[in-house]
Amino acid sequence: MDYVVLLKQVPDLAEELEIDADGTGLDREWLSFVASEWDEYALEEALLLRDQGHGGTVTCLALGVETGDVDELLATCLARGADRVIKVGSFEAPPDSHTAAAAFADALAHVHYDLILTGVQAIDDLDGQVGPLLATRLDLPHVSVVTHIALAHHHTTVTVHQEYAGGIVAEFEATLPAVLGVQTSRETPRYAPVSRIRQLMKTATIEAMAGGGGAGSGLVIEAMAIPETGSTAEMISGNPQAIAERIAAILSERGIGTAVAR
Amino acid sequence: MSGDIVVIAEHRDGAILDPTYELLGRARSLAAASGGEAIAVLLGSGVAGLAGSLGAAARVIVVDGPGLASFSPTAYQAALVPLVREREPALVLIANSGSGMDVAAGLSAALDLPLAAYAIDLTIDAGGPLATCQLYAGKIQAKVRFAGGRGIVTAVAGSFPAEAGMGPGSPVIETVAPAATDDRIRFVDLLRPEAGDVDITRESVLVSVGRGIGEQENIELVEALAAALGGAVSSSRPIADLGWLPRTRQGGKSGLKVKPRVYLALGISGAPEHLEGMRGAELIIAVNSDARAPIFSVAHYGVVADLLDVVPALTARVGG
Ligand SMILES: Cc1cc2nc3c(=O)[nH]c(=O)nc-3n(C[C@H](O)[C@H](O)[C@H](O)COP(=O)(O)OP(=O)(O)OC[C@H]3O[C@@H](n4cnc5c(N)ncnc54)[C@H](O)[C@@H]3O)c2cc1C
Repeated sequence: MDYVVLLKQVPDLAEELEIDADGTGLDREWLSFVASEWDEYALEEALLLRDQGHGGTVTCLALGVETGDVDELLATCLARGADRVIKVGSFEAPPDSHTAAAAFADALAHVHYDLILTGVQAIDDLDGQVGPLLATRLDLPHVSVVTHIALAHHHTTVTVHQEYAGGIVAEFEATLPAVLGVQTSRETPRYAPVSRIRQLMKTATIEAMAGGGGAGSGLVIEAMAIPETGSTAEMISGNPQAIAERIAAILSERGIGTAVAR
Repeated sequence: MSGDIVVIAEHRDGAILDPTYELLGRARSLAAASGGEAIAVLLGSGVAGLAGSLGAAARVIVVDGPGLASFSPTAYQAALVPLVREREPALVLIANSGSGMDVAAGLSAALDLPLAAYAIDLTIDAGGPLATCQLYAGKIQAKVRFAGGRGIVTAVAGSFPAEAGMGPGSPVIETVAPAATDDRIRFVDLLRPEAGDVDITRESVLVSVGRGIGEQENIELVEALAAALGGAVSSSRPIADLGWLPRTRQGGKSGLKVKPRVYLALGISGAPEHLEGMRGAELIIAVNSDARAPIFSVAHYGVVADLLDVVPALTARVGG
């Protein structure tokens, strides 16, 4: 069983986002980047499947984007246990999902796979999710919002759960090869020591492949804006006691809590 | 190209789901602007009876076939690609649900039609369709158009009123067989959640906790606050994923939809998938250390502070 995992970095939401001078994109100058959370779940699932008796290799692909640090992303994959890592194409800025899917499709013409896993979504995939876009390009079946991935012992099918509202779940059986958009992993993504990642960044082989004939999203971004938050909320400030006092008063007006002035 | 606005209907257990009505309501006003029809496409097996629930549409296309008895990403895609290609609608509207994400991106790639994902608003003006989409977990909104004037839109649940799509009517009903089938993904079973110890949809006070809680030990702090308020603890998805609280306590897109009298959101960023499940609460009080957290856009009261300071103080105040 050969697994391919597609990963990328996204802006760290713990940092403040700013809009660029054009008003149509993010100001990338001060952004810091982190691995997309759902892609990390995809990698963890691939490693678990490989190590739980199904064997085979885990190959990680990421686009060669200049923003952020794709080498660190791929070295982290190796540190966690991936067998092989490949940087695909070369992009000044993170491309849209359609372009990313086209680039991955180019590279995957040269890589063997039985199961392709990627994050169900990323926080910046305005033009849709890479999983189904790539699958359709490669004429593979795809399932999104997946948990509970289980391979059949004969390795020709996989069963997965797809999550719906209200905690309802559909179980599907998919014929391999297939593409899965992973929602969460059975285990919290494993930790890789920073020292190990740093060392691998110096010593490990990160392969490079061409990809990305500029598919384009077909979208025209007219404007990007930071929505007003808190413009409708009444903000409460003060020390914790003063805040508690005010919240207690708001709740007691509604007859909630045992709040009584003492 | 036509001015038609197509809505892909979602149904389960013999009923049309609310997000479909939300889209259908908006499709009606969009069709009026584009000079086309609001068309609902209903896929299934023996589902013609459900077409009557789609009275707000001008036309219902029932795609009926045994391979469509349950949702399957491949079967839906195979049936929809030729249909959309032939009808050339101006817009295809799809709910951003588990199945909708599969269908929308698959169609986009197969038909080379652009896709605007995570839309919270959609209008048509002189420049054509204009979608407002949420990005970066709700921290950024982008206004986008389609280069060729037509495309696919996935909408976040709750973006449009469902009532507008529920009206009675007598749509033209066309029944067709799927032009193609693809059984590479086969439906096996529908699994329903087991009842939890607490039914958060019935609680009037929810003390809801997100990743801002930091550590599992701190869950005790919110348990104590919930007890003091006579309410229950609920959570965002990551807390359930971590196993810190049972899945049955999760509110949101893949959890439960709650409408308590009071919803205290503690260390929850307010991602679109979370808001989907709780924005209907009567009173929302949010505590978050990030002043720009999207949760403040739906909160009635907001506190920019460390929840580990506020929660014990509040518990002492109301329960002490
Ligand atoms: C298909 C799909 C379905 C999903 N379904 C759901 C769902 O049903 N429910 C759901 O919740 N999510 C769902 N999600 C996940 C969703 O996208 C978000 O990842 C999730 O809601 C984030 O949870 P959070 O707010 O707890 O964590 P984060 O986004 O990490 O936010 C943590 C917040 O805590 C704040 N914080 C940190 N420390 C403190 C402190 N000491 N005091 C106060 N504040 C602090 C931070 O500023 C931040 O805003 C779904 C995602 C997908 C793709």
